[in-house]
Amino acid sequence: MISIKNVRKIFPSKHGLLIAVDEVNLEIKKGEIFGIIGYSGAGKSTLIRMLNGLEIPTDGSVTVAGREISKIKGSELRQARQEISMIFQHFNLLWSRTVSENIAFPLEIAGVKAPERKKRVAELIQLVGLEGREDAYPSQLSGGQKQRVGIARALANNPKVLLCDEATSALDPQTTDSILDLLVDINKKLGLTIVLITHEMHVIRKICHRVAVMENGRIVELGQVLDVFKNPNQPITKRFVQQVTEPEETKETIEHLLERYHSGSIVKLTFIGDSAEQPLITHLIRHHHVTVNILQGKISQTQSGSYGTLFIHIDGDQAEISKAIEYIRSQKVGVEVVTGE
Amino acid sequence: MNNQEGYFQNVDWSAMWQATLETLYMTGISVLITFVLGIILGMLLFLTSPGNLWANKPINLVISAIVNIFRSIPFIILIVLLIPLTMLIFQTMIGENAALPALIIGSAPFYARMVEIGLREIDKGVIEAAKSMGATTRTIIWKVLLPESMPALVSGITVTAIALVSYTAMAGVIGAGGLGNLAYLQGFQRGNNDVTLVATIIILVIVFAIQFIGDFITSKLDKR
Repeated sequence: MISIKNVRKIFPSKHGLLIAVDEVNLEIKKGEIFGIIGYSGAGKSTLIRMLNGLEIPTDGSVTVAGREISKIKGSELRQARQEISMIFQHFNLLWSRTVSENIAFPLEIAGVKAPERKKRVAELIQLVGLEGREDAYPSQLSGGQKQRVGIARALANNPKVLLCDEATSALDPQTTDSILDLLVDINKKLGLTIVLITHEMHVIRKICHRVAVMENGRIVELGQVLDVFKNPNQPITKRFVQQVTEPEETKETIEHLLERYHSGSIVKLTFIGDSAEQPLITHLIRHHHVTVNILQGKISQTQSGSYGTLFIHIDGDQAEISKAIEYIRSQKVGVEVVTGE
Repeated sequence: MNNQEGYFQNVDWSAMWQATLETLYMTGISVLITFVLGIILGMLLFLTSPGNLWANKPINLVISAIVNIFRSIPFIILIVLLIPLTMLIFQTMIGENAALPALIIGSAPFYARMVEIGLREIDKGVIEAAKSMGATTRTIIWKVLLPESMPALVSGITVTAIALVSYTAMAGVIGAGGLGNLAYLQGFQRGNNDVTLVATIIILVIVFAIQFIGDFITSKLDKR
């Protein structure tokens, strides 16, 4: 559906040339929810803007739904844009128009006749759950409702691709989840390809099938979300994964425990998919002569399975501890002995 | 002064009414044309500025220079400078129509700057959103830029209209008719202070009315 080949984007700046996007290659399949994560300035904003021609790549080619976006201009580009919708962090609604009128705007652009427009707007309002707010102005809506208008507006012309530019970054956690649920719903119902950029791993975890991690204009890691969670290679990816798997206070807790318990080991267990459902701890205590103290744990759901982490403190004879850890390893559970660095 | 018969005995009310109509006529026509001309100029200033739809430095500089020059010329001097143009159009310097070229050329650049400021206040993201939907520049102008900046455009034309009322009074002094003309000829030059006073009060009423209407429309339009 989307093919990005050897794309580079260079901006002239006061301090010479700024390489915003550097040699990026990506293939995104039809019906996929693809996430691009990175800190601000990583180039993800520029990259997503090249998918609908708001930015033109300096080198390379961008093809979306069979059209080479990086080459076409004028009316052909405008035509293509009606099939590649975008939603924004700050919603970008017209405040002078009501909810209905905002949703009707892309239909007006596409030249849809008034009666047809009215019908389609009613459908979309229902789809995003905004019944009763048709005649409200954006200033009378909450952030979540505004983004729902943004989504309805983006879907108006039955696009093939939906681009989400930090679409939930201005929303509170609860609203974020409801908007993400809506996106998954739309993806399933309409088979829409979704590309989103974000700096929150939570968003990736919750709805994406695949993820690309961007740093300094390059894609440094790419894969299935669950695989990336299981086995993050780059330090930046590890940091992002920690955003979801380890609450803020984990590190402090562990440091505190390392100080307190001089004997035994603190072990971080990583469960993927089915392994999360085995009675591992029970077995551990029954068959090995160790004491186990559960420190902290969390299970996260991703689109392709669950992923959990558990911190435990194992104490006892050194040989027994080693055997216990050996056993855990044999159970297809990730094991990492935590030492105080 | 022979003012034994009561207040305002020097005031010729029908002449005063006539002058009021002339002032309203001059203000009304010039506001209308300034509104259109100012929006066109302001829109061009905005669109040709760096980073916008028609970004073009040379054109932007030229329009900007013209606007600044006409904005800086004192109005009373502008009237004199425009005498040849006015004579060409109306074959006379007397009467309310003769004031129109100076009024419009004096106020349109002033308003154009206000239009530009109003347009700049529109969130760039909204323009980007329209572009991402495949809107043409024409659609963006008519359906995004103008409606989204309308409260600013209306409050700007309100300020401009009030400035225009005082310009008409100045133009009146050199023969354009209206309340300024009346106050100067019948009031000031003949020492009839009551005429000057009444003319001033009427001008004040006109100004207040314009402000009231402008504020009312602005608040109706502003849905932010």
